[in-house]
Amino acid sequence: MRAEARIGFILLLTPLLLWLGLLIVIPHIDMLMISLRERISFGVYEPSLTQYEKALTEPLYLRTFWRTAVMSVLATGITLLIAFPVSYYIAKMARGRLQQVLFMLCLIPFYVSELVRTFGWMILLRETGLVSNLLQWAGLADQPVEMLYNDAAMMVGLVYTSMLFMVVPLVTTLESLDDSVVEAGYDLGGNGLSVLREIIIPHAMPGIVSGCIVVFMLSLGNYLTPTMLGGKDSLWFTEMIYNQFIVRSNWELGAAFGFMLLVLSSVIVWGMLRLTGRTLQETMG
Amino acid sequence: MIPTIPRSRSFRILYGSYVLLFFLYLALPLTVVAVFAFNDSQFPSLPWEGFTWNWFFGEDRPQIGVFHERGILRAVGTSAFVAACVSVLSVSVGTTNAFLFNRYEFRGKGALYVLMLLPLVIPGIVLGISILVFSSTLANGIWNAAEVDIQALRPGLLLVILGQFSFITTIATLVITARLQKFDRTLEEAALNLGATRLTAVRTITIPFLMPAMIGALVVAFLMSFENFNTTLMLVGSDAPLTIAMFDRLKEGSTPLLNAVSLLLMLGSSLLALVVILFQRR
Repeated sequence: MRAEARIGFILLLTPLLLWLGLLIVIPHIDMLMISLRERISFGVYEPSLTQYEKALTEPLYLRTFWRTAVMSVLATGITLLIAFPVSYYIAKMARGRLQQVLFMLCLIPFYVSELVRTFGWMILLRETGLVSNLLQWAGLADQPVEMLYNDAAMMVGLVYTSMLFMVVPLVTTLESLDDSVVEAGYDLGGNGLSVLREIIIPHAMPGIVSGCIVVFMLSLGNYLTPTMLGGKDSLWFTEMIYNQFIVRSNWELGAAFGFMLLVLSSVIVWGMLRLTGRTLQETMG
Repeated sequence: MIPTIPRSRSFRILYGSYVLLFFLYLALPLTVVAVFAFNDSQFPSLPWEGFTWNWFFGEDRPQIGVFHERGILRAVGTSAFVAACVSVLSVSVGTTNAFLFNRYEFRGKGALYVLMLLPLVIPGIVLGISILVFSSTLANGIWNAAEVDIQALRPGLLLVILGQFSFITTIATLVITARLQKFDRTLEEAALNLGATRLTAVRTITIPFLMPAMIGALVVAFLMSFENFNTTLMLVGSDAPLTIAMFDRLKEGSTPLLNAVSLLLMLGSSLLALVVILFQRR
């Protein structure tokens, strides 16, 4: 029996180790190694920190890096602000069938490809698009208005794309909040604001953290929305990675960018977990 | 702010309209995409030129429909093939992972579990380039050692499948583990007492119990693979899956053909999602 259990254990462990080793751990180590070398001539490389030096001294690279980070944080904040009241409504105000229907409605766009969602916003916001036509029809504009290709359009797209990943964890945690606790808060003399601050938000914290982490990750790693909706000046860090790898075939610099993005996302996720005293296991698992 | 606490009428109306506005915002882009699939014009924008089915069934240029557009049909086939491979692979590994984490205690289990979750917090494009870099290191190494060129390690469908598999497996593992945790182990022990071997017990008792979660994970994996963009973008070779093919066309300027494809995608994925919901309810 012991031997049998041991064989079973090895048989189950092997796929996990192969998957994580060959597709996650070793490739990332390899990427790090590539980013730490410099091409001397054809097929000749030398270890060096040049790539990171370039990435950290070239203003365009550095600016894009921080811009991507700040815009992602901003997108996460806006998503949270928009999603919270809606999630609260679904979890606590709506009842029975209506609750189920509203929750399902939130899930539908999640099943639709991101490309389609972005495409929808392009049709709405472009110069010949619906919003522009609507403004002209209402007399608010006397010529077609271009609403695409700027930061605001990009933000609309980012928030839209990640909305569902905020609503779902929020609804789940808010549903577990007992109505009587809220009632007790009012009985003890609290008003809407203090109940929200001292009862509802602390209770929803796990949902807020996991929602924020996922939304932040998705925004930071997004390629489609910034490329399609953002303008010439709103370069996104993933776009730079793509350009270095595919367009310029400068894998060394691209790998360095990739590693920087990885570090940035890890640091922010780690910071968020630390700040709220939660583990990755609780948040994701 | 719960129904039992009285609220002023104006607050309720304000709150209700906010929620309504939110759902309009959710529905707007998708509705627009769907509606313009039927516009009898070269561009998916106003003015409305009348209703047409041409973007689905049209046989002649310029209004060639989805069902006669070879490039798009081929891309759909590629996507379906990739998604089928990815979902079968990731559900298989997801199931073995679930059993491993549920049934065994071993040193480093916690660390392995956290490592298993990591693919969810690595940006898709970084997953893509790391696999691209590693497979090419491997291919170059093999070339230098034995002068054999392994095409499969160059950008192409195998890499796309592996790239998507690398993070979809985490999701499959989570879905299946959640169900396995609810399993009553005494049922398995009863089977063992009745003379079944361990493997028979798992096959006849545990696996049927896990089936809804496995099928659910299979469909979710299929959908995620079908719509994946970031990881695929870095690993794609000459056979482009649908999202990449559509992206290339979108860059060149869009026609309502793309709306028609999008509408079909929406219908297809809603149908699959519905199947999962019905199946899980049973």
